[in-house]
Amino acid sequence: MPAQASNATDAGPDVLPPIQPSEGPDFVQLLTPEGERVEHPDYSLDITDDEIRDLYRDLVLVRRIDSEATALQRQGELGLWANLLGQEAAQVGAGRSLTDADFAFPTYREHGVAYCKGVDPVTLLGLFRGTSQGGWDPQEHGFGLYTIVIGSQTLHATGYAMGIQRDGGQGAAMAFFGDGASSQGDVNEAFVWASVFNAPVVFFCQNNQWAISEPLERQTRIPLYQRARGFGFPGVRVDGNDVLAVLAVTREALARAREGSGPMLIEAYTYRMGAHTTSDDPTRYRLAAELETWKLKDPIERVKAYLSRSGAGDADFFASVDQAADDLAAHVRAGCLALPDPDPLSLFDNVYAEGSPLLDEEREQMASYLASFADTEAVH
Amino acid sequence: MPTHPTSTMTLGKALNEGLRKAMENDPKVLIMGEDVGRLGGVFRVTDGLQKDFGEDRVIDTPLAESGIIGTAIGLAIRGFRPVCEIQFDGFVFPAFDQIVSQVARLHYRSAGNVKVPITIRIPYGGGIGAVEHHSESPEAYFAHAAGLKVVTCSNAVDAYSMIQQAIACDDPVIFFEPKRRYWDKAEVDTTASADPLWSANVVREGITATLITYGPSVRTCVEAAAAAEVDGHDLEVIDLRALSPIDWDAVFASVGKTEHAIVVSEAPVFASLAGEIAARISEKCFYSLEAPVLRVGGYSTPYPTSRIEEDFLPDLDRILDAVDRSLAY
Repeated sequence: MPAQASNATDAGPDVLPPIQPSEGPDFVQLLTPEGERVEHPDYSLDITDDEIRDLYRDLVLVRRIDSEATALQRQGELGLWANLLGQEAAQVGAGRSLTDADFAFPTYREHGVAYCKGVDPVTLLGLFRGTSQGGWDPQEHGFGLYTIVIGSQTLHATGYAMGIQRDGGQGAAMAFFGDGASSQGDVNEAFVWASVFNAPVVFFCQNNQWAISEPLERQTRIPLYQRARGFGFPGVRVDGNDVLAVLAVTREALARAREGSGPMLIEAYTYRMGAHTTSDDPTRYRLAAELETWKLKDPIERVKAYLSRSGAGDADFFASVDQAADDLAAHVRAGCLALPDPDPLSLFDNVYAEGSPLLDEEREQMASYLASFADTEAVH
Repeated sequence: MPTHPTSTMTLGKALNEGLRKAMENDPKVLIMGEDVGRLGGVFRVTDGLQKDFGEDRVIDTPLAESGIIGTAIGLAIRGFRPVCEIQFDGFVFPAFDQIVSQVARLHYRSAGNVKVPITIRIPYGGGIGAVEHHSESPEAYFAHAAGLKVVTCSNAVDAYSMIQQAIACDDPVIFFEPKRRYWDKAEVDTTASADPLWSANVVREGITATLITYGPSVRTCVEAAAAAEVDGHDLEVIDLRALSPIDWDAVFASVGKTEHAIVVSEAPVFASLAGEIAARISEKCFYSLEAPVLRVGGYSTPYPTSRIEEDFLPDLDRILDAVDRSLAY
């Protein structure tokens, strides 16, 4: 009908407002980029300066793990590294909210959460150096293996939470994922399952604005945290560069989950200041000015500003943290270089818990094939 | 529980009794899937289990196959032993990623720290006059994925024991159920000791040629062997039961004796398990063979409409035709 067509044209397409963190209560911030403590009506954090100093130390050390690993990759010691630069507050805030009873299900970028869960960063490097597929015991650390297929782990976290419901455990599960993963079917299925089973799982989405080269606008037309409402549980957006706000919101979400109030979606609004991985070149798809804007919201500088201004951190303290970072970097470097190449025959190990005659046969074939070179090597 | 240890039951009922036994023996065993609870499954394999074990152990899930398998992984990490039902073979593909990328690999990825004792039950195969996606034979996809074990039962006796063994296995097991044989009856002795899960079964001894088969085609092959008797052929029939790993010793022993091997399954033969079996026999029994290993199976087409599915499926005549060709070689 012409009249209707005309009306539609007048109204224009259904364009939604740009996706930006609002200044209102939907955006939880407790420490401004300038280092000012601010209040939020729904989320507060009772925290001492000692604890804030510890968080500062965590942030600096996690950034140092990332920069040292990046350097090791550039020097040819790692095949790849997934950079976390800029996401330290999101990961340390969430990581420090987790207790021993809680279980985290990471992507491949959660080096900061791994650090909080007590996984030696050298162990993480094994995966990127090609000496292991993970190497840590998930049960020992309450920290799952890095999951490379996007979004798969959100279902694992949800199932784990259903297990807690069934065995009377006290903890909760936390699923880590990114803005890109929010488009995956598995993530949306995890939301459905967590909702209908009221599972004690916290969905922690680090919205770092970029899925390799694709901007957030390619994944969503509404703020991600608002998706939770359609699935029947609360969602909240937190300043992902504010470690205090992330800690407050994740603690609250975990407490809710543990007490039986069900899942929650947290969108940690942050920025991937580095490349997607060391194989990526962000200059091909984003403007340098964007990075400059985010540098002003740096997750570490605001804590340093707060500690300096309040007098809780003096020059000696900052120097001691820098020294600890140097020591950690030395440990990471030395540990990485010392990682042994696996025995070729170990490629057959652990394919099955109960073994397999097929693999026994293939292992034997490979062993005798390798052994056939022994004489040749002896000659040289 | 049956009142007497030995009773006549259908293959579907034997699975039901086996599941019940597994749940009684291990409180960590859970059943999850679409319609498995109140309805008892579309084939009634889980009939009555939710009533007796409760909604926390027999879980009617949302209608999302990837979700079923993905959450089963989390439950397994938490220490449970989930038994997942995929309602029909053609519906497993939404869960394929979770099965081959996660279930199959977590033990390997974790260097043995994480066990994934998940059993995935899949009714498979044709012959029930169904619409599309309800008659597939996708076993080769799973046998090809390292980290999975794949088995299939052909009769009620095996169904009762194999489902319990699959659930008790610390490795993930894909458990294929021949849906058109759900109603086949047999005497099941619930107190009898079972064969090892990974062993093939010589269901009919013979000396003329070996029919190597599994799942729904076992009965077809036994019937073909009975018909071949009229022509003076004494066929041996091997029910593989385990598709990954395969009990090669049983296969090679039989082929060494009969010198003729024909592999029969419903799956399209191109790039199939039948192809792997034929290749292995050629490698290991080369000097025993009097004829090339032949394969009888589905054609390389999507599963056809039900009014012509019997032309697609291996039947007595196509099996006997292959026997004749092998013997005439």
